[in-house]
Amino acid sequence: MHIVVCVKQVPDTKIIKINPKTNTLDRRSAPAILNPYDAHAVQEAVRMKRLIKNVYISVLSMGPPQANAIIKKSLEIGADEGYLISDRAFAGADTLATSYALSKALEKIASIRPIDMILCGKHAIDGDTGQVGPGIARRLDIPPVTNVIEVTELSEKDQTVVVKRKLSGGYQLLRIQMPCLLTVEKEINEIEYSPLPNMLKAARYEPVVWTVNDLQDVDRTQLGLKGSPTIVGKMFTPPKHEGGKRLEGSADEQVKDLITCLLEEKKELFYVK
Amino acid sequence: MPEKFDVIVVGAGPAGTSCAYTCAKNGLKVLQIERGEYPGSKNVMGGVLYRKQMEEIIPEFWKEAPLERPVIEQRFWMMDKESTVSFGYKGLEWGKEPYNNFTVLRAPFDQWFAAKGVEQGVLLINETVANECIVENGKVVGVRTDRPDGDVYADVVVLADGVNSLLGKQLGFHKEFRPDEVALTVMEVINLSKEKINDRFNLEDNQGCTIEIFGDSTKGNLGTAFIYTNKESINIGVGTTLSSMIKAKLKPYDLLDYLKNHSMVKPLLSGGESAEYLAHLIPEGGYHSVPKVAGNGVIVVGDAAQLVNAIHREGSNMAMASGKMAAEAIIRAKEKNDFSEASLNSYREALYNSFIMKDLEKYKDAAHTFEHHPQYFKEYIPMVNQAMSKFFTVDGTPKREKQKQIMRSVTGTKGTFKVIQDVYRAWKAVK
Repeated sequence: MHIVVCVKQVPDTKIIKINPKTNTLDRRSAPAILNPYDAHAVQEAVRMKRLIKNVYISVLSMGPPQANAIIKKSLEIGADEGYLISDRAFAGADTLATSYALSKALEKIASIRPIDMILCGKHAIDGDTGQVGPGIARRLDIPPVTNVIEVTELSEKDQTVVVKRKLSGGYQLLRIQMPCLLTVEKEINEIEYSPLPNMLKAARYEPVVWTVNDLQDVDRTQLGLKGSPTIVGKMFTPPKHEGGKRLEGSADEQVKDLITCLLEEKKELFYVK
Repeated sequence: MPEKFDVIVVGAGPAGTSCAYTCAKNGLKVLQIERGEYPGSKNVMGGVLYRKQMEEIIPEFWKEAPLERPVIEQRFWMMDKESTVSFGYKGLEWGKEPYNNFTVLRAPFDQWFAAKGVEQGVLLINETVANECIVENGKVVGVRTDRPDGDVYADVVVLADGVNSLLGKQLGFHKEFRPDEVALTVMEVINLSKEKINDRFNLEDNQGCTIEIFGDSTKGNLGTAFIYTNKESINIGVGTTLSSMIKAKLKPYDLLDYLKNHSMVKPLLSGGESAEYLAHLIPEGGYHSVPKVAGNGVIVVGDAAQLVNAIHREGSNMAMASGKMAAEAIIRAKEKNDFSEASLNSYREALYNSFIMKDLEKYKDAAHTFEHHPQYFKEYIPMVNQAMSKFFTVDGTPKREKQKQIMRSVTGTKGTFKVIQDVYRAWKAVK
């Protein structure tokens, strides 16, 4: 069985700064990391490999040459092979163009080794769109299942997988025919501490790098900036959440203060038309 | 089956990387293990990198390494509460090739240096802790890391695991530190615009300045403070021996705060924005604290071997030189295929014949002397300040009379005999 995990290099948004003038991310201000949801996707593939042995895990990424780092990271977690598509022609892609480029790379990977399952993180932490995974599935005409929180059954014989899908207030249990594409939530697993042999392998590993010329049947007008109809109309930094008002003193005083506050400052709440 | 390398280097600081780089360059199969997220992420130093020892590893490194500013001026302050006596040297020859030293930020610099090692063929893994040396038949044969299936083997293990070398302790090479063998240094990186730095320190864009501060910077305790200029930030820090801190009940962060708000220092930092806060132990035990540096299948370098010259604030250069000497000894051992202590002791010999151990030997009693006789920092620095103030204040007193008054106040408070004794003792400690 062959699982391909699509991974993305993102700035660590926990520490990133925002340029106050342009409202864009100052990418130099934060280290580039493997998108955390994608790390869970790789870990899930590793878990499946442990479950049914005969699993081969490839990872695929699109990005600049530095994205090598996250492919190596994926190998530390336990992937077997890594592919990077890297070309100026891909630059400036929105989710539509990205899913197109990735689907072309996936076709090429499938020609080397047929793919049974594609895993993605539920979204990248720098864009939060969650569109690339389903976009790839649509282009490859396979079922997309988003927000997976558990893979409960995996049958190589029937070529099916049973998953729990997160819904608000519950979950949905689905049996899906492979090949399929799953996007995973963080709670699907815990990232394990990688064994030393994986670390050594990753440190030595050089990913397979493809340019646009290495891919087949590519319509170049659908790539990069040219293939990206998305227009960012406006960007703004959400105002910082200001802490609430804290009432102190004895219980009586606090109640009194609260009443005053409600009646004086929040009059509109009690306004009757 | 665990892998076997020629050399495993534990730690990716200047010592470890110099050793790994030199070994790999000479065709050895090297594994370097770093506990931090990346080389430099856990490393702290004031920020002066010396050209000479770095150049011996990577010639003309200044053309590509991420450096801050070449240091063209070194100032020394003897600081009292509201005054300072300063001297120093500024020379433009230090601002051009081959330079003397540079200010650096460790995180980018160590990453760059380690990447040069990787270019030479070093296999570098991060986020991995070497928990212990694997010892078989009295010989170190590898390390056990904290990872699953974490054993890995080598002919020689190089301990470049820093000041608190746990592996060195495990092997019994050195004991727990005494509090007077280590200094605790705290520092802050303060962001400040290039223009402000240039104005305040009288510099051009590609010129740097270092200030070493004695006296009230440590509230009179044995230790120093420093201010170094980066491109667009300032490193300010202060350190004293752990024993002084304990004795004077000083908290390191209070001391740094005191320094930052000192009337002599505050204007230099004004308007700056704190970017990073760091603390680290520095091995300052000197000559007598240097542990066993070579054993069967093992070599100790850099801070782990206590190679720091506290008086001249040299450390990273000694680390690099020791790393290189270790590599050379390993290469010789490899040729003979003999990794015993006797064979690896050629490193010890090289070390003791080099500037490193000669300098440490020269100052072997200095820290001890100054720690046991606190009057140098507590009394003489204020005294010098008062003398200067008196001498340069124009108040109609004849200069000869002023000199007499100054001498009287010096010998008057201490007694001529004691002053002579103190001067002799200080001279002996550093001669």
